[in-house]
Amino acid sequence: MAAEALPLARRKRRLPFSRWHLFLIPAALLLLFPFVWLIVTSIETPAEALHFPPILIPHHLDFGNYRQALSQAPFGRFFINSAVVAVVTVVCNVVICALAGYAFARYRFFGSGLLFVLMMVTLMVPFQVTVIPQYIITKWLGTNVLAGVGINHIGALILPNAATAFGIFFLRQFFRTLPIEYEEAARVDGANRLTVLWRIVLPLSGPALTTLAMLTLLDSWNAFFWPLIVINSQNQMTLPLGLSTFQGAHSTEWTLLMAGNVMSLAPLMVVFLLAQRYFVRSVAATGLAGT
Amino acid sequence: MVVIGLFGLAPIVWTAVLSFQNNNLFTQGSPFVGLSNYRKMVHDPVVGQAIEHTIVYTALFVPGTMLVGLVLAVAMNKKIRGMAFYRTAAFATIAISTISEAIVFLWLFDPNYGVVNYAFHLLHIPQQQFVNSTSEALFVIVVMTIWGWTGFAVVIYLAALQSIPQVLTEAAAIDGAGRWATFRRVTLPLLSPASLLLLVYLTINALQLFDEVYQTTRGGPLTSTYVLVYYLYQQAFGGQGNFDYGYASAIAYFLFVIVIVFTAIQFRIGRRFVHYRS
Repeated sequence: MAAEALPLARRKRRLPFSRWHLFLIPAALLLLFPFVWLIVTSIETPAEALHFPPILIPHHLDFGNYRQALSQAPFGRFFINSAVVAVVTVVCNVVICALAGYAFARYRFFGSGLLFVLMMVTLMVPFQVTVIPQYIITKWLGTNVLAGVGINHIGALILPNAATAFGIFFLRQFFRTLPIEYEEAARVDGANRLTVLWRIVLPLSGPALTTLAMLTLLDSWNAFFWPLIVINSQNQMTLPLGLSTFQGAHSTEWTLLMAGNVMSLAPLMVVFLLAQRYFVRSVAATGLAGT
Repeated sequence: MVVIGLFGLAPIVWTAVLSFQNNNLFTQGSPFVGLSNYRKMVHDPVVGQAIEHTIVYTALFVPGTMLVGLVLAVAMNKKIRGMAFYRTAAFATIAISTISEAIVFLWLFDPNYGVVNYAFHLLHIPQQQFVNSTSEALFVIVVMTIWGWTGFAVVIYLAALQSIPQVLTEAAAIDGAGRWATFRRVTLPLLSPASLLLLVYLTINALQLFDEVYQTTRGGPLTSTYVLVYYLYQQAFGGQGNFDYGYASAIAYFLFVIVIVFTAIQFRIGRRFVHYRS
């Protein structure tokens, strides 16, 4: 009896909830605080924002900062540019990487080994190493081939990223895990290679294609270094670049800045919250691919 | 025909894209100046400082992010109520851009009106100058980037934790190992592949730090936050009429060498400490 009663008594003295909450609640608050503070500041008046001690809960909702930010910089335009660049980049990546990845996964052709090695080399090279030639090529393309992919056009943000070595490698690795028998059977039945890819391989590759699309979306949407270099007119800017120049013009108008910031990060944040599962799985997949 | 399409077209499109990525050298083509850019680099005091800042930043940011990620992931691997909320709080930083992050943190760390200084005031810590101080600016950047990468680190560690079969930790418990011993002797070694991945990945990213420096300090105050990529950017595109592609390319190659050396060392160390389950 006594031996049984003891653990019961000990359990009674325990907290009514897991002790991990005691760590996780402050941790979550700390992690979320920048987001919260961002939103709070964006609906405050400048006087409230500069008040000391800080006003944690503004007295009333004031969206004046948003209106003012919108009148000072075309955030709508930035959003459209970001969306166009991201959507086109994602589609191009999925299509091209699937074609090339499949070719590398299943066929040996003249120079395929060498091409693959060359491609893997580009994975190791930091972007900064190639940025200057890329800039020169982009400049050249813009003047000699098509203005839309040259300096100061959003096309220049798409073309260099239309396919990535990572994407091709990632899909190749995935395609190689699929059982080849289906593909062989379809070939025997007279399907050509593209049909096999389209009707057999791709339907089996949903998770891998989603992963590639999500990672490309994150990269494209939040890219800054390359847009900073090739874009300088405001109507071609993406959200991060637009926001960055907006800050340059209003460096201490915090309420205005935070309103612009909320508008800049809201679209992707909404997409992220809606599709969190897929994003997380995608990011985790890069980890698993690397181990 | 379709075969030709697949074999001809895909590699052509793809090589066209590759040619974008691969033309490293032709900026230095003419007029040839030999090694003078590299010689200039050796004698450039700012390069020395940039290297130092880059290394200090990396040495703080990488272990910091890994530790935060590990601790949070372990806590978030429990089956308790509200976990979806906690995880979302950590994951949300994945979706925020470096620029948004930098601007929020500039505001949080504003020397006059920022909440961090207010918190310091409540805790009776002296007010700090943060990004206006040559000795503190780099640390502010460390803090903001650790926050920005938390989501990534947590995702990687959480995925690794969830792939650990419970049998192993239970077996350790049955053998009489305490919680800490189990974590230290069983869980941590099983996480080592994820740790190595994070170590390499975060280091590569840390050595390429640019966005936050550009957005918050532009290398300042004075040269206290100059890092290699920021200096490279300044030389090539910096708007001071530099456009010194040759010199910037030399810096870029130097960065490349550092990245390779770091990665190689980490993999070498990794070979000794990483345990793969087969």
